[in-house]
Amino acid sequence: MTNEELLAVMEQERQAKGQLKYCVQVCSSTGCASSNSEAVAAALQQQVKEANLQETVQVKLVGCMGLCALGPLVEIERVQIQPGAPPDVLLYQSVTPADAPDIVAGLASGQPVRRLRLEMDDPFFTRQTKVVLAQAGRIDPERIEDYIAEGGYQALFKALAEMTPAEVIEEVSKSGLRGRGGGGYPTGLKWNTVAKVQSDQKYLICNADEGDPGAFMDRSILESDPHLVIEGMIIGAYAVGANKGYVYVRAEYPLAVKRMRQAIRQAERAGFLGQNICGADFSFNVEIRLGAGAFVCGEETALMASIEGRRGAPRPRPPYPAASGLWGKPTLINNVETFANVPGIILNGGDAYARVGTEKSKGTKIFALTGKVNHTGLIEVPMGVTLREVIYEIGGGIPDGRRFKAVQTGGPSGGCIPEQFLDTPVDYESLSALGSIMGSGGMIVIDDSSSMIDVAKYFMEFSKEESCGKCVPCRVGTAQMYDLLCKFSAGEATEFDLRLLEDLCDLVRNTSLCGLGQTAPNPVISTLKYFRDEYLAKIKKPEEVFGVAARANGRAPGQVEQTA
Amino acid sequence: MILDGRKPPLPSADKRWRLVDAAMRRNGYRPQGLIETLHAVQEAFGYVDDAALRFVSQSLQVPPSQVLGVTTFYHQFKMKPQGRHTCVICTGTACYIKGNDRALEHVQKTYGVSVGGTTPDKELSLVAARCVGACGLAPVVILDGVVVGKLVDEAVQARIREWLKT
Repeated sequence: MTNEELLAVMEQERQAKGQLKYCVQVCSSTGCASSNSEAVAAALQQQVKEANLQETVQVKLVGCMGLCALGPLVEIERVQIQPGAPPDVLLYQSVTPADAPDIVAGLASGQPVRRLRLEMDDPFFTRQTKVVLAQAGRIDPERIEDYIAEGGYQALFKALAEMTPAEVIEEVSKSGLRGRGGGGYPTGLKWNTVAKVQSDQKYLICNADEGDPGAFMDRSILESDPHLVIEGMIIGAYAVGANKGYVYVRAEYPLAVKRMRQAIRQAERAGFLGQNICGADFSFNVEIRLGAGAFVCGEETALMASIEGRRGAPRPRPPYPAASGLWGKPTLINNVETFANVPGIILNGGDAYARVGTEKSKGTKIFALTGKVNHTGLIEVPMGVTLREVIYEIGGGIPDGRRFKAVQTGGPSGGCIPEQFLDTPVDYESLSALGSIMGSGGMIVIDDSSSMIDVAKYFMEFSKEESCGKCVPCRVGTAQMYDLLCKFSAGEATEFDLRLLEDLCDLVRNTSLCGLGQTAPNPVISTLKYFRDEYLAKIKKPEEVFGVAARANGRAPGQVEQTA
Repeated sequence: MILDGRKPPLPSADKRWRLVDAAMRRNGYRPQGLIETLHAVQEAFGYVDDAALRFVSQSLQVPPSQVLGVTTFYHQFKMKPQGRHTCVICTGTACYIKGNDRALEHVQKTYGVSVGGTTPDKELSLVAARCVGACGLAPVVILDGVVVGKLVDEAVQARIREWLKT
């Protein structure tokens, strides 16, 4: 496809949309699809047909709109006659197929259905800044034309036609974008390292092995806007000189896999993937590789072993993938969200991107806000927003009148942040300083009904199960820590166990081979730091301990031996 | 084990083996296609048994030890036939915080099935998922592929009871 053809598709789509009065958008992501949203779409389609409105009303399936807890969501967009006018949208929540007649009748009369209406001036909508998710929930993820109509693939044309690979990297560096997988390594720097290595074969990997329990940002991006990720990957490949790419995605995400496969085929047909992309002297192909349920495969060296068809065991670094990655070749590996940020940076410039966020953490971050919070779902906020704003304003606070206790970020590698730090800005450095991490973006709110020891135990069980077993500190250490946490949970622990637990945290953190082991103690360390009382309350006093010992001998302390 | 480059014959006349063979052909019978192939086996047969391991090992020229190693390493691959119904209980953090640990315990106790196991009458298999990514609907259980969300304690127990009757 040439640039002219691209613009022609865009114009065509705009004209087609101009014929319409209303766009009825039904969320079809995993969350809403589980609540029967496809039947809702079918019922709406049926009603539109019966009311003879097909000419002016279009019903389409779109990606995630964010507020997953109130799904299925249906958005009614009144098509604007004047270009550039602010969008006029209505959102309906918890829609069932039975609601379809009322909704379509509402379109004809211009009166919204009040009982289903969701107020759009809620902080959940107004406090977010959608950059990466701008088109999620607005375009049909199964049509490349929808993506193109919203300016898709223009960044690719700009990069290929007007910029050298070095200039692309320069722009990404200027933007201050950092790895969204959790580590926060500067993306521009990583790209530069790979670009500098001389090799006839380089690989590019998109890490979509979103293993953190309680996180679904990558799934939503892949399901809602797959072409955005592909475009980011192609630009990345152009910048570093890679000619073969892989998307490593969890097998647990069947819909994301399906949409990504479809998008890759469409991009190939349009000439965005393959030989001599857009007429430039640059070739790049993308293949999907399925994960098979191993958390450790989110670690880059383990992920590469898995792509090679082996067990997902990590290896020591250096050499880093930039020097020796997949099959020993230089490899660029970035997270889904990182790639999804790239087209915007190229199109609008790195400086514009860097205007959002804090000094060291630029841009926006997507979080999966879940747990004991009213508005569970997917949110995108500028870096530097405080945890309080996220939880109480966007999240709508804690349900059932309970008290906030902690927020867990970063999954099994992260920590729990207590109430006194709610005003901490969300950025890489601030969260690390509190003993947690940004992580890939899971944010789980915990209320006062949960025991923090049980939360730590839950994560330790996870790390213990998911440890690949290659290095001893992680394999044995996590199992030992889990046993100790069980003792605490059961109220059987002693002062010595507490010391042992702290020693093990230190040992596992400092001597494990990969990130899984090095960060596995974080949930324990952070709960020990902020909720030590709970641990202390579970420790047996010496007399109780001796009591247990004495009972084991058939005698309680102080008890006179009874003669039978 | 054959190492002279000849491909082994299909283990039986079962047509599903052709699907497995097709998956290997797509990857040019290269060892790197091992995980894809095991996915194909599991999809076709529901589990990966010894015959499949041997066939894949010979076709891709990967040592049987490595095929077994990979199969057991990844949670996705099952090495025993699954029951008529499969109940997946999500144990992701959001589901855990909202009480799915109790649902898991309930199913284990009530139906006498352990996590990853199948009842002796081959009716029900129980799987504990890491996270299915539908955290907005937590707690989530998946009954024969249908995602059921937001049900706690009594409600989810009743739903499972009803579902097993069908």
